[in-house]
Amino acid sequence: MAEPASVAAESLAGSRARAARTVLGQVVLPGEELLLPEQEDAEGPGGAVERPLSLNARACSRVRVVCGPGLRRCGDRLLVTKCGRLRHKEPGSGSGGGVYWVDSQQKRYVPVKGDHVIGIVTAKSGDIFKVDVGGSEPASLSYLSFEGATKRNRPNVQVGDLIYGQFVVANKDMEPEMVCIDSCGRANGMGVIGQDGLLFKVTLGLIRKLLAPDCEIIQEVGKLYPLEIVFGMNGRIWVKAKTIQQTLILANILEACEHMTSDQRKQIFSRLAES
Amino acid sequence: MEEETHTDAKIRAENGTGSSPRGPGCSLRHFACEQNLLSRPDGSASFLQGVAEKSRERLIRNTCEAVVLGTLHPRTSITVVLQVVSDAGSLLACCLNAACMALVDAGVPMRALFCGVACALDSDGTLVLDPTSKQEKEARAVLTFALDSVERKLLMSSTKGLYSDTELQQCLAAAQAASQHVFRFYRESLQRRYSKS
Repeated sequence: MAEPASVAAESLAGSRARAARTVLGQVVLPGEELLLPEQEDAEGPGGAVERPLSLNARACSRVRVVCGPGLRRCGDRLLVTKCGRLRHKEPGSGSGGGVYWVDSQQKRYVPVKGDHVIGIVTAKSGDIFKVDVGGSEPASLSYLSFEGATKRNRPNVQVGDLIYGQFVVANKDMEPEMVCIDSCGRANGMGVIGQDGLLFKVTLGLIRKLLAPDCEIIQEVGKLYPLEIVFGMNGRIWVKAKTIQQTLILANILEACEHMTSDQRKQIFSRLAES
Repeated sequence: MEEETHTDAKIRAENGTGSSPRGPGCSLRHFACEQNLLSRPDGSASFLQGVAEKSRERLIRNTCEAVVLGTLHPRTSITVVLQVVSDAGSLLACCLNAACMALVDAGVPMRALFCGVACALDSDGTLVLDPTSKQEKEARAVLTFALDSVERKLLMSSTKGLYSDTELQQCLAAAQAASQHVFRFYRESLQRRYSKS
């Protein structure tokens, strides 16, 4: 009978770790274990195989693999902790096995060091602004972290303003801290976001898609109306066009393009360009 | 200074309509209410209807806590809200499956998936998996298990009724075999979701 045999095979497959290389681009579920390239040869179908201990340095070549979001190191294997597609990026130069990560669709943002985010100033206490970035804690922003700010020359930031900045401290144990200058002391586009415009929230996956190089959506939107747009990695987009109506149209397009195929999108853009 | 008000009430009312599952009259179970029990939010209340609900929440919470990687989110609370749309039997198992899917959808890091499987033993000792409400009512014992996806280990068991040791082992083995179907369904539905993007 085919039924029990296939079920039995699946139970074995579920418990055995798979090589990361073979699972690239496929959906992985939490709890799966992945083998790194150097371990595949050792793991035969029967399980652990004894390897002769070699004193030759070349045989013990460890490839340094970076474990990205959605993966955790578990012994000498990778444990998947989030559901999504497994991705891999080859190292640009030098040694290393590259980066493995899980591309998941998620709405909730967790602060990560180096991310550029849009925050809303919620409180001003002494020399620190408290900025809501969508995480579990508000981030702190010092008034000296703006371009050209000194103790005498304070930046003009009020409660309720929008801030575009990046995290310098963001881990699970400490309150996140953000700044609006880069390491050279220049603003580089960061700081208080100007008047008017509209701030709205989208999923994190859409932001990453829009910020990927050669994103068609942004090029098409740019041809439609002149606009200013700021993307925050915390799922927030600020957009401003000449009139309020155009701003709202752009906001609706960006929210909807997550669920649209590229043909539907082109139709909508051509219809808008005519009107 | 906080004040907490506790109210306990038991109401019996006579009602002519026969839509209540408790028979021609309308009698409500014992319920208890606590107000202002959290200090941070503007308002909070806790309302308990019947005693069974509290233990069901505790069971689901303990299962989630065993599986979620809480160390990655210290000083944070994860709230799971379950809304019963319709109860056709095996309610606790259905709640466990819903909670697991919700945690996956939210992107909460987990060390494994989990599923709930219910089985009922009737008076002859026949095992029925995923019983309907009628089968649950007529059964001698109803057992619900939560199993994890990595090695089909038992995370939680909730049993009601009379059964022997061998029957328990039989139910557990049947639940482990049935959990494969549930996990296969999880995989298919998640693959379908990611294939759209």
